[in-house]
Amino acid sequence: MPIPSAIVTLVLGMILVLSGLWVGQNVNLLPAAASTNAPLYDELFGVLFTIGTILFLGVVGLLIFSLVRFRRRDGDPGDGVAVEGNLQLEIFWTAIPAIVVLFVGIYSYDIYDRMGGMIPLADPHAMHGAMASAVTPASVEGPVSQEVEPRLWGGIGSPGGPAAGMLPVEVTALQFAFLFHYPEGDFTTGELHVKAGQPVELRMEARDVIHAFWVPQFRLKQDIIPGQPTVLTFTPTLPGQYPIICAELCGPYHGGMRSTVVVHEPQAFDTWLASNRPATLASLPPLSTG
Amino acid sequence: MTLTLPPPISQTRGLQPEGWLRYLSFSLDHKVIGLQYLVTSFFFYLIGGALAGMIRVELLSPISDFLPRETYNEVLTLHGTVMIFLWIVPVVNGAFGNYLIPFYVGARDMAFPRLNAVAFWLIPPAGFLLIASYFIAGAAQSGWTAYPPLSLTTPATGQVIWILSVLLLGGSSIFGGINFIATVLKMRRPGLGMMQLPMYCWAMLGTSILVVLATPVLAGTLVLLSFDIIAHTGFFNPALGGNAVVYQHLFWFYSHPAVYIMVLPAFGLVSEILPVHARKPLFGYTTMVYSILGIVFLGLIVWAHHMFTSATPPWMRLFFTIATAFIAVPTGIKFFNWLATLWGGKIALNSAMLFSCAFIVHFVFGGITGVALAQVPFDIHVHDTYFVVGHFHYIVYGGTVFVVFGSIYHWFPKFTGRMLNEQLGRLHFLLTFIGFNLCFAPQHWLGLNGMPRRVAEYDPQFTLLNQLSSVGALLMAVSTLPFLINVAWSAIAGKVAGDNPWNALTPEWLTSSPPPVANWNGPAPLVTHPYGYGVPEGQIDLKAVSGLQIWSEGR
Repeated sequence: MPIPSAIVTLVLGMILVLSGLWVGQNVNLLPAAASTNAPLYDELFGVLFTIGTILFLGVVGLLIFSLVRFRRRDGDPGDGVAVEGNLQLEIFWTAIPAIVVLFVGIYSYDIYDRMGGMIPLADPHAMHGAMASAVTPASVEGPVSQEVEPRLWGGIGSPGGPAAGMLPVEVTALQFAFLFHYPEGDFTTGELHVKAGQPVELRMEARDVIHAFWVPQFRLKQDIIPGQPTVLTFTPTLPGQYPIICAELCGPYHGGMRSTVVVHEPQAFDTWLASNRPATLASLPPLSTG
Repeated sequence: MTLTLPPPISQTRGLQPEGWLRYLSFSLDHKVIGLQYLVTSFFFYLIGGALAGMIRVELLSPISDFLPRETYNEVLTLHGTVMIFLWIVPVVNGAFGNYLIPFYVGARDMAFPRLNAVAFWLIPPAGFLLIASYFIAGAAQSGWTAYPPLSLTTPATGQVIWILSVLLLGGSSIFGGINFIATVLKMRRPGLGMMQLPMYCWAMLGTSILVVLATPVLAGTLVLLSFDIIAHTGFFNPALGGNAVVYQHLFWFYSHPAVYIMVLPAFGLVSEILPVHARKPLFGYTTMVYSILGIVFLGLIVWAHHMFTSATPPWMRLFFTIATAFIAVPTGIKFFNWLATLWGGKIALNSAMLFSCAFIVHFVFGGITGVALAQVPFDIHVHDTYFVVGHFHYIVYGGTVFVVFGSIYHWFPKFTGRMLNEQLGRLHFLLTFIGFNLCFAPQHWLGLNGMPRRVAEYDPQFTLLNQLSSVGALLMAVSTLPFLINVAWSAIAGKVAGDNPWNALTPEWLTSSPPPVANWNGPAPLVTHPYGYGVPEGQIDLKAVSGLQIWSEGR
C-alpha cells in the first residue's frame, strides 16, 4: 500500500523548513560585524535568508518534480487535466505571501527602529535640538561654523539617539577622496579613526558630485549629496581596520575612491588623538594622516 | 446615393514592397514591424553583450588595466542604456506585442499602423546616435541613471546625445503603448470579451498603461537635465540652488515602472507558452488578470526604494518598503499559478519550455532578493553594490531574456514556417543557463562583502569570484552561437512546421505559417477559450489512453 500523499507532503514540508532554518543559521555570507547595528542587520539577514531559502527550494523542488513527473512520454499525444483554477487554493497562496511579506515588513521595521532609524519620525525637533547642542562646542573653532542650515538625518543611528560623549567628525567627500576633520583636535586626516564603543557622529558634505559613504563591516551606507549636509551616527564595536568605499558612481576614479576606518581600542584611540592634536597643530598645516 | 468607392486595399497595394524588401521598408504590416523590432533589438543585444564582455574583461583583474577609466564608464553607461532601451523594452513590447496582439484580438492590424511604423523607425536612428556618440565625442559617462551633478560635470556632448537618444526611444515607446491600448480596447473582434483574451493582451495592456503614465515623466526630466547641461539652468544643480534628489525621484518614477515594462510582457509570453507545451489550461485566469493590474498599480508607487540611502525621510522609507514588498503578493500569485499550470500536465521538455522554466527559477530567486532589498535596513548595506547588479540581472536577464529566447523557439515556426532545431536549442539553453548563473550568482556574495557596482577596480580578495563571473559571461557569449546558427540554418532548411505545429488554440496558430498579410484568409476566428486544453477531470482522453489506464481509472 502506498504511503498517503498527505504524509509525504508533511514530511517534505518539514524537511524544507528545517533545511531553510539550517541554512539561515549556518551559512554565513556576511563580512565581520563591527558596529552596534551590524548584529541587528545580521539577525534580519538570517531571517530573510531562511525564508528565502524555504521559498526558493520549495518552488524549484515543485518545478523539477512537475517537469519529471508530468513530462510527456514518447508517443503520448494526449492532454493534461482541464483544471482551469481553484479559487480556494488561489486565495490560500495569495494569503501566504501576504502574511509572510507583512511579517517581514514589520520585522524589518522593528530592526530599523532598533538601529535608530525611526528617531526623527517620532520627534524631529528633539532630534534637531540635540544635534545643535552637540554641534555647539565644536563650532567655535570649526571651519564650517558659519553654517546654520539644518543637516539632514542620515537614517541610522546608535540606539537611544545622540548621546553625550559622541565623537564628532566632519567628513568631506570630493572627487576622489574622503577627508576627515576632527573638530576636537582641529586636524584633518585621510583615514577615519574611531574608538571602539564610542558613538561617532559623521557630519558629511559633498563638494562636487554625489558620493556614498559605505563601510561593509558596519552595514552602513549613506549618500553624500551636494547641497544636502547629512549626519550619520554609528557606534563601532570591533577593533580593526575596515574599508571605506564610495558606493555612488562619481567619475572615472570612482573605483579608487576608498579609504580606511581604523577602530581603535579605547586607550589606543586616545593616544592617537593626543599624538595628532597638539603636535600637528603646532608644526604642520592640517593635512597629515595619522 | 450609391456607394461606388473602390475597396481601399487595392489602393495601398503596390506601394508596399513585397518579399524580403518589406523588412527594410516603412511597412504598415504589424507582422513585418514585429519582426523588424525583433531583429533590430537583437542586433543591439549583441552590441550590449559585447559591451558587457568588455566590463567582464576589465573585472578579470582587481586593477584598472583593460580600458581607460573614462572609457570604462562610457561602456557601462552604454551597456545599461542599450540593454534596457534598445533590447529588452523593444523586444518584449515592440516585437512580440506587434506580432501577436492583432492576432489575439482578432484584428487585421494594429489600431494605428502608421504610428506603429513611426514608433519602430525611431529606434534605429536613436540606437545609432547613441553608439555614434562614443565615436563623435565620447559617450555619456554617468551611468544609465545619469544622476546629476555627475551628469552635469562629465563631458556635455556625450550626455546630450544620450538624452536625445533616450528621448527618441521614449517617444517610440509611448507611441507603441498608445497603439497597444487602442488595439486591445477597441480593435477586438465582435463577440470577443476582455476576459476571453489571451493573457499576453492583458500583460501588454498593463504594460502600456505604465508606459503612457511613466515615460513622459522621464522625458520631462531629461529635458530639464539637458537645460541644466546646455543652458546652465539649475533645476538639479545644487551649486545653482537646484536639488539633485528631485531628479532621482523623477527618474525612478519612470525607471521603476520600467522594470515592469520589461517583465510584465514576459509574464504574458510565459502564460502563452506554458499551457501549450504542458497541454493544460492556464491556471487561474481571473487572478492572473487582477494580479497584472495589481502589479501595474503597485509598480507606480514604489520608486523611492531606489533612494533609501539618499537621505529620504523615515516615513518615506517605511511607505516604500511596504509598497515594494507587497508587489511580491500579486507576483507570487502568478508564479504559483504557473506551477499549477504545469502540475498534472503532459509537459513537452522542448527548448521553449526549458527557457520558460528557467525563467521561473531565476525570477523567483530575483524576487526573493528583491523583497530583501525592499527592507530599508537590508538595503542600506547592499544598495549600489554587486548584490543589486546580481539581483536585477536575475530579473531582466534570467527573467525576461530567457522568456524572449523561449518565445523565439515557440513562435519561430509561425514567423518563418519552419521549426528550429531542437538539439541546438537545448545546447543553447544549457550554455545560457550555466553561463548566466555562473556569471550572476557570485555577484550577490561580492555585494554583501564589499564590492560596489560600476567600478573598474576592486579589493583583490574578490578576484577569484570576479573571474568566475567573467567565465560565466564568456559562456553566455558562446551560447549565442548555437542560437544564431540555429536561426539562420532553420530559416532556410529547417523542418517545415505546418500551420500549427504545437497544436495550439490561440488565434495566431489558426492561419498559415507565415501568415498572410490580412492574418487570416477569410474571417477572423473567434477564440473564446484560448486555453481550452485538456480533458475534464474524471473523463478519459480516448486519443491517449491504454487499456490498462481505462481499467485502473475506471475502478
